[in-house]
Amino acid sequence: MSLEKERIMIEVTSDWYLTLSAILFSIGFLGMMIRKNALIMFMCIELMLNAVNLTFITASNHLGLVDGQIAVFFVLVVAAAEVVVGLAIIVSIFKKQESASVDMLSSSKG
Amino acid sequence: MTDLLLFAIPGLFIILGALIVIFAKNPVHNAMGLVLTLTSLAILYISLNATFVAMVQMLVYAGAVMTLFLFVIMMIGVDKPEQSKEEIKGQKLLISGTLILLVSVVVFIGLENGLNWNLLFPQSQNTFEGTPSLLASAMFTSWVFPFEVISILLIVATTAALALAYEFRKRENND
Repeated sequence: MSLEKERIMIEVTSDWYLTLSAILFSIGFLGMMIRKNALIMFMCIELMLNAVNLTFITASNHLGLVDGQIAVFFVLVVAAAEVVVGLAIIVSIFKKQESASVDMLSSSKG
Repeated sequence: MTDLLLFAIPGLFIILGALIVIFAKNPVHNAMGLVLTLTSLAILYISLNATFVAMVQMLVYAGAVMTLFLFVIMMIGVDKPEQSKEEIKGQKLLISGTLILLVSVVVFIGLENGLNWNLLFPQSQNTFEGTPSLLASAMFTSWVFPFEVISILLIVATTAALALAYEFRKRENND
């Protein structure tokens, strides 16, 4: 009886978190590919960075090491810097051509 | 059972928020979907013993970065319809097909092993809670050089944002 009960109990292991992280990364990648609005593409980059952060935290918990959580801070800082510069660029482009669609952005072609 | 609920409920909200981010038409809705994903991720971080990271996630991502996003959305307007012409023929179909193929390969491998993926390293018995003092003692000893480099990156990003805004204002005055 007790054996049967144990089989029903589902244990949440690190694989589950890693799978969730992979799903989140794929959704972010899909959005990056199908959307044209530069702002939405930035949000998709945030989704992908967060998927990586979840992987770091899971690894940190799985291995019992604190270094994974430190790495998350560095990813966080890089994401913040990227958003600051990227949004400034989007605003200045928008002021110039009244659109945030990436298909219009051919002015930096070599 | 509690473990499963603590994983499944935030997990569902994470995927729901991510889908809102990529499929909603109104940029404000996209931003709100991102907030949903980020806060649910913070809950998962707590269940993974990373309390301080969860706190920082709420403050920095759900607070500061999302405010910046909403600010820019309000600034450049939300009422413009996205132009949906495909520049590359069959772009959406192609990318969706590739992703579905990849996901089904992963699902196939998972089912083959009976949802037990045998990670390279065994689960460590050493559990700890990511408190601020623990993280600080690691960051300011063995990670101090990357920490300094990343602070330079922040200063450079701030300067770049200022430079972009300033350039624009100068051009406007000349016109």
